[in-house]
Amino acid sequence: MGRVEALLNLEDVNVHYGAIWALKGINLTVGEGEIVSLIGANGAGKSTTLRAISGVIKTSSGRISYQGEDITKTPAHDIVKKGIAQVPEGRRIFANLTVMENLELGAYIRRDAKGIKQDMEMVLDRFPRLRERISQIAGTLSGGEQQMLAIGRALMTRPKLMLLDEPSMGLAPLLVKEIFSIIQEINQDGTTILLVEQNARMALQIAHRAYVLETGRIVLEGSAQKLASHEDVKKAYLGG
Amino acid sequence: MTDLLQQLLNGLSQGSIYALIAVGYTMIYGIIQLINFAHGDVIMVGAYVALGCALMGLGFIPSLAVAMLTCAILGVIIERVAYRRVRPVSRLAALTSAIGVSLFLEYTMMYFLGADIRTFPAGFFPERTYSLWGITINNKDLLVLGTTLVLVIILQYIIYRTRTGKAMRAVSFDGQAAQLMGVNVNSTVAITFFIGSAMAAAAGLLYGIYFNTVQPLMGLMPGLKAFIAAVLGGIGSVPGAMLGGILLGMTESLVAGFGGSMYRDAVAFIILILVLLIRPTGLLGKGVQEKV
Repeated sequence: MGRVEALLNLEDVNVHYGAIWALKGINLTVGEGEIVSLIGANGAGKSTTLRAISGVIKTSSGRISYQGEDITKTPAHDIVKKGIAQVPEGRRIFANLTVMENLELGAYIRRDAKGIKQDMEMVLDRFPRLRERISQIAGTLSGGEQQMLAIGRALMTRPKLMLLDEPSMGLAPLLVKEIFSIIQEINQDGTTILLVEQNARMALQIAHRAYVLETGRIVLEGSAQKLASHEDVKKAYLGG
Repeated sequence: MTDLLQQLLNGLSQGSIYALIAVGYTMIYGIIQLINFAHGDVIMVGAYVALGCALMGLGFIPSLAVAMLTCAILGVIIERVAYRRVRPVSRLAALTSAIGVSLFLEYTMMYFLGADIRTFPAGFFPERTYSLWGITINNKDLLVLGTTLVLVIILQYIIYRTRTGKAMRAVSFDGQAAQLMGVNVNSTVAITFFIGSAMAAAAGLLYGIYFNTVQPLMGLMPGLKAFIAAVLGGIGSVPGAMLGGILLGMTESLVAGFGGSMYRDAVAFIILILVLLIRPTGLLGKGVQEKV
């Protein structure tokens, strides 16, 4: 991946939560059009990495750049405007609002009424179950539907780069498959994906490249194929 | 029967004023989980500003507009200066800061304008009474009810029909998720203070006319009562605050009308304690929010 095509670049990024050193000098690159996976155990720093990129938490040092522009200090709400959307861990949908209102909030930063309407149709075509439940309060949706809503809401920002944090969490295997194939479709439609997953097997199946995080450090990186056959990865994350 | 209706009408007026104040309390609590103890004093400032306008010869609506705008700006300044920096530190720090702002407003007013009770000039709102089925209807009642109704409709429109309102509801549910949608949380909080404080100013003017009293500590009791109303209705819920305000006003009025005016305030607080014991989330309050 040449530097020119890099959409997102993390250089020596450190994050502290009080006394806890959560990210210890992360270097990571996501190229335009890729699906990149971050795998690792609980507490390895996967979510922290995404939260740092989105600007929801502050980095203590290092540099995050997007399309060649330094966004390390950019506030979270401006990062969304630049084209980075996040589907957060645990979905974090607005459970007190309707499905429709959740999707409209995805388009909060946009003013192009026509484009918003088109994208709304696109999202509802992709997730027909959301269309059926459009005026329902989002908190009444099932886990899988909430995940679809969270992804749909992120799509409404019309992102160039989508960060997904544990989209498979708590979902039945069949739904996990569905979600992952949707992620692939979104990628094929031109959105770059940075995916955080504990389900390493699924993540490596759809990713082009991957990074393995352990206690705040990247310990392995390479093509998804290569990592999937790596002995350490097999042992630690793929069940031998 | 007419007695009962009469008391209910009085209660409705007083309850509307509580409702206007309670709405501000509950909106601010909803968005930053802070009991804004200075809210009652914003009422008082609003009443003084309106009184000043009245003395300069302005009519009701211009006075209302000036008072609302002044207090809206005051609310934003209070949040920026006294709460924004301490909020992330701890809720207790913000609460303490709120009490400080409250005392600051009360005694600044007292220092500059004195502790005397002032009244609106006689011509500002000429009183008239009508009689209907044996009930005396004062045009003050109509003024309070009408103004409240209009403001509440505007507020409902803002909260449920506008982009800003959607952002406010999103931030109050989950600030971080709202940030990920591109919502600027700090400005949304500022807008909430703007609107809540404007409502308080309107309540201040109505209270000043209704009881014909303006003085530096006038916000204390209605502030506390409105807080009760907000908790009664379920703090964080705007319809709850309105319902709580009306219920509290009516209860007080009934207690006072049927021989217990000494116990009026006590009853208000007893209601609060009972509600908290039986239904801690309030009448329209949400239980534990569903998070899957």
